[in-house]
Amino acid sequence: MNRSAQTVLIGVAALALIFAPLYLGAYSLTLLGRVLALSIAAIGICVVWGRGGILSLGQGLFFGLGGYALAMHLKLMATAKGELPDFMVYNGVEALPWFWKPFVSAPFALLMVLILPAAAAGLIAWLMFRRRITGVYVSIITQALVLAFVTWLNGSQGLTSGTNGITDFQMFLGINLRGESVARGLYWVTLLILGLCLAATALLLRTHFGAILTAIKDNENRVRFLGYNPAAYKIAAFALGGLLSGVSGALYTLHLGTISPAMIGVTFSIELVVWVALGGRSSLIGAVGGLILGNLAKDKISSAAPDAWLYVMGGLFVLVVLVLPQGVAGLLNHRRVRRTVPSVRREVKEVTDIA
Amino acid sequence: MDPVFLSGQLFTGLSVASLLLLTALGLALSFGLMRVINMAHGEFLMIGGYLTFIAAKLMGPGFLWLAFPLAFVGTALLGALLEFTVIRRLYGRPLDTLLATWGISLILQQAARQIFGSTGVPVTAPAWLSGAVVVHGGVLDGLTFPHVRLFVIVLSALVLGGMWWLLNRSPFGMHVRAVNQNREVAASLGVNTRRLDMLVFALGAGIAGVAGVGLALLSPVNPTVGAAYIVNAFLVVVVGGVGSVLGAGAAALLLGFTTALAEGLTSSSLAQSIMLILVVVFLQWKPKGLFPTQSRALEET
Repeated sequence: MNRSAQTVLIGVAALALIFAPLYLGAYSLTLLGRVLALSIAAIGICVVWGRGGILSLGQGLFFGLGGYALAMHLKLMATAKGELPDFMVYNGVEALPWFWKPFVSAPFALLMVLILPAAAAGLIAWLMFRRRITGVYVSIITQALVLAFVTWLNGSQGLTSGTNGITDFQMFLGINLRGESVARGLYWVTLLILGLCLAATALLLRTHFGAILTAIKDNENRVRFLGYNPAAYKIAAFALGGLLSGVSGALYTLHLGTISPAMIGVTFSIELVVWVALGGRSSLIGAVGGLILGNLAKDKISSAAPDAWLYVMGGLFVLVVLVLPQGVAGLLNHRRVRRTVPSVRREVKEVTDIA
Repeated sequence: MDPVFLSGQLFTGLSVASLLLLTALGLALSFGLMRVINMAHGEFLMIGGYLTFIAAKLMGPGFLWLAFPLAFVGTALLGALLEFTVIRRLYGRPLDTLLATWGISLILQQAARQIFGSTGVPVTAPAWLSGAVVVHGGVLDGLTFPHVRLFVIVLSALVLGGMWWLLNRSPFGMHVRAVNQNREVAASLGVNTRRLDMLVFALGAGIAGVAGVGLALLSPVNPTVGAAYIVNAFLVVVVGGVGSVLGAGAAALLLGFTTALAEGLTSSSLAQSIMLILVVVFLQWKPKGLFPTQSRALEET
């Protein structure tokens, strides 16, 4: 597919999304809004994995931090002044824990939605990359960290409501979340934020920063020898990925009206990665598109045949990796990729001739 | 803390570490040799457990004699099949193997769920394993060592010893170490690396299957039991140093004891979190693990 056809396709998709509330039913609109919120996390994965070459299996951690930061504020808003959130009462907690207190303020909570995930991601990245931990080690460590987070959440009933998660929200910024037109408004807000994140990331990747990031993925040592500090760039990219995941988590919590450890765990984190891989890890549109379409398909198939879903999902994992390493976006850019392939093959052949 | 409780915790930690070690051995081998991250490795453990369950159904009380060969051969064959169909197509792409094998683990888990149901199937240990050694008198009065846990510890010590012999004293092990050091040179000296990869992968799977027998004796087998072990098994590999059998052994003990002690001091879920975070901190100190492979290469190939 050539460039202009791509632009037209993206334009049509964007228009279809903008006007979706006018032609979609209530259920479909909620589903689409939810999936759009999720797809912001896909942008982060595209930056970290597609461009930076760092496979994080712990994006759920940052997603969860963003989600819980907002959920704590919403829970306090739904609780009468001077009283404790219901789950704390059931668990015999007598005073509001210190880290809950500042979340009464909406600006603080919104700020934390941005700062907490970005700072956590930055810290983790700093710990890993300054010791030059790379490749699969990073994947294993991030997966272990998301498991640690979820295990802690599950174990602390009184502080975070444990496995049940935080739920029963009512008001946010003076808006009743159960009001009639809220679904539409929330959808458009989500779409707007997604658009902004996409545009900002696309611009960022075109700068010097983006170029160095890709260079690090291709050959980290060469970048180091050229006088750059790869760790700094990787930490920045990882923090950005965390930030985007956090924003996604907060929006997702608003859409779903709840957040629980099961929603952000190991399986969730790895599923995110697979949808991005399916769409095309190194293309922003591919990553976002893959996640949106993948989750819509998941909703359809898993409600029609719950038992078959895991087979489909598992099969997709294998198939994408074996057949479509660059995802659907790579398939659409077939011609550009093809041009370089024959020259590589010729080289290999010459070597075997000598042998 | 009173000494009986403490030693009891340490003993439980040792038996958990034994299973972890058996699971991690296969991972350490295949990761060291092929740089392959096999997320479906935990499912070999699960399948070993279910094969034990089947053996117990077929044979009655004397099932262990059937369970060990059945679990080992069954999982080893499945491992060979997996290597042949998927993994050998992905050499040199470790991150992609990780995703593909995760997909395979999903399929295997769902298959187990549909065949055996999502609740655990219990395996009754034979009579000679159902007792316990009880300490009488002294500071440790009242401390009990269940036979089953002792059996699992002995089993993993035997397998570890066997693996050490196989890798350091047999021709097969010499080839494995050679490929580990330099694949191209080993291949040009006549080692059939493709065949070796498959054998090592199958061997690792088989050992996980044997671990599954031990697991079935300790607790009921359910479809997600492998997933519960896999993250910790990977941490054992990372902490021990990639491809090092000795390192895997030391790391499994370290992780098992740390978790058991932390569990004694706080709650079980907090202990798990603390352990995972300790591992990350440990890697700050030794990023290549306890026993790193010495290499002057700038980049790992």
